[in-house]
Amino acid sequence: MATATPPRTLPPTRSPKRPDTTRPPRTPAASWSSKAVVTTLLGIVAVYTLMPLSWLLVNATKSNGDLFASPGFELADFHLLTNLADLFTYQDGVFGRWLANSMLYSVVGALASTLVSLLAGYAFATYDWWGKEKLYGLVLLGILVPHTVISLPMYLMASEVGLVNSYWAVLIPGLVNPFGVYLSRVFAESYVPGETLEAARIDGASELRTFRSVALPMLSPAFVTVFLFSFTGSWNNFFLPLVMLNDSALYPVGLGLFNWNATLPQEPQLYSLVITGSLVSVVPLAVAFVSLQRFWRSGLTAGAVK
Amino acid sequence: MTSRLGRGQRSTPALFVAPFFILFVATLIVPVGYSLWMSLFREQATSGLGFGGTETLFVGADNYLRALGDPSFHRGFLHIALYCLIYIPVMVGGALALALLVDSAMARAKKLIQLAYFLPHAVPGLIAAIIWGFLYTPGLSPVIDLLRTVGVEWDFLGPDGVVFSMANAAAWQWIGYNMVIFYAALQAVPKETLEAAVVDGAGQLRTALSVKLPMIRSSVVLTMLFTAVGAIQLFNEPEVLRSRSSAVSQDWSPVMYIYQAAFTEHDYGLAAAASLLLALLGAGLSFVITKLGNRWKEA
Repeated sequence: MATATPPRTLPPTRSPKRPDTTRPPRTPAASWSSKAVVTTLLGIVAVYTLMPLSWLLVNATKSNGDLFASPGFELADFHLLTNLADLFTYQDGVFGRWLANSMLYSVVGALASTLVSLLAGYAFATYDWWGKEKLYGLVLLGILVPHTVISLPMYLMASEVGLVNSYWAVLIPGLVNPFGVYLSRVFAESYVPGETLEAARIDGASELRTFRSVALPMLSPAFVTVFLFSFTGSWNNFFLPLVMLNDSALYPVGLGLFNWNATLPQEPQLYSLVITGSLVSVVPLAVAFVSLQRFWRSGLTAGAVK
Repeated sequence: MTSRLGRGQRSTPALFVAPFFILFVATLIVPVGYSLWMSLFREQATSGLGFGGTETLFVGADNYLRALGDPSFHRGFLHIALYCLIYIPVMVGGALALALLVDSAMARAKKLIQLAYFLPHAVPGLIAAIIWGFLYTPGLSPVIDLLRTVGVEWDFLGPDGVVFSMANAAAWQWIGYNMVIFYAALQAVPKETLEAAVVDGAGQLRTALSVKLPMIRSSVVLTMLFTAVGAIQLFNEPEVLRSRSSAVSQDWSPVMYIYQAAFTEHDYGLAAAASLLLALLGAGLSFVITKLGNRWKEA
């Protein structure tokens, strides 16, 4: 299950330089034919990675009948607007509700989770206390615990306290992000100089105030990075909502589409809805990812301390 | 950069880590412990007909023995073994090859290529499985049409093909992401080392295999680790393809087996035991991979 894999990146300390500045001079030995081979290989892979998405784009514009009647990559009658209207009105507009739920789980959950992770990572980086490295080892182990192991007992615990089938059942587990703590620590160690913190203390700032007004602004690239990972983690989370939620009004968009997809053999008229719905659920995330990714990639290198 | 705190501030670190650790204990440590506890019990109907409620019996290792002795649990592990055999070399090897190709000074339009490769990762895994499900469906799929024009009949959803289909959907999602990780690691290889290799007369291929590859091995090991831990939890792809393919049973993968035991049969003890066995396998894999990685480092 790909989504269960924790997101990861290189710690910023390992790639301290911007790309392009470390490149060796172009070797003149590269022949014209090997250039062509490399370009062709890379091109073929690009076709492979882009093909499913372009298929989705083309087929979201087709009516349900044309999906099977016309070849996969040929445009038929333009039906996108009707498909969208159908998508957002089917079953009293439940799809819009799913989108809103996904936003809630991902945006609110990721904001809270990022703050929690940053606080912990900052404390690991900044203070010495008894048992610190042992606890940190526990956090690192937490990254590797398979989600499936904890989903079932978590479901039973949630049903004990009456949280099953509620927003909390999906939101609360999403707040814990051991990988975010690891990243925050790495970032805090390289971005927040001890001298600056010392200066703030001498000026009489409390520890909380020092964190909020001095460290947090320096950690903004870390904030974006951890937020992005928590956000996509929640947006992609499927197993937990599947276990926790019965009421389709609480579904995130993925779980909703999964249920529609599973009924396709019985209800083939839903094909165009599932295809259009998949496209709609991909577009905002792809746009956010591509624009934010630029930000965190530069975030990995910006703000580094001498 | 750690610093001394004055009196009255000693509790600050505790306050800063408290929110995380309270949640960590509640959603990770306690569930793992609860799972262990649950795996030792079995709910049993008090009357043979299932009326009159259930009682909880301590059964010791019985749930583990039942899981280990269940042929459908075995089949699940066989399925993911086959899946890993296809998926891991293709995905990790492919990502590595692509990163080296993009990194070799010949490649043009590096940024555009990276974006094209990375884009599938912005698609949620479940949606990716749904999209590939369409691309495996006869009548809908341009891929099947294309194969047919070159004379190949391939049943993506048949008993032989379905594992490849799942591995493909997962590889599509992750290959670009890992390629970007490897590529970023390659950027940190010191320029002087590469220049020295060129001066010593190493060609592009030789430089890639003997200089660049060993220098990014920690990234490769880390990627293998996360990929293996993710792969043994395979769920999304088979669960999505199940509605299209009779070759995918309800307990096709170990996680599907656990889900079925818990939520269809309400056999929580069995489900907990099976989850822990799976977690143990994950821990074992992590151990082996890091050991191998260390040996590679020393070599």
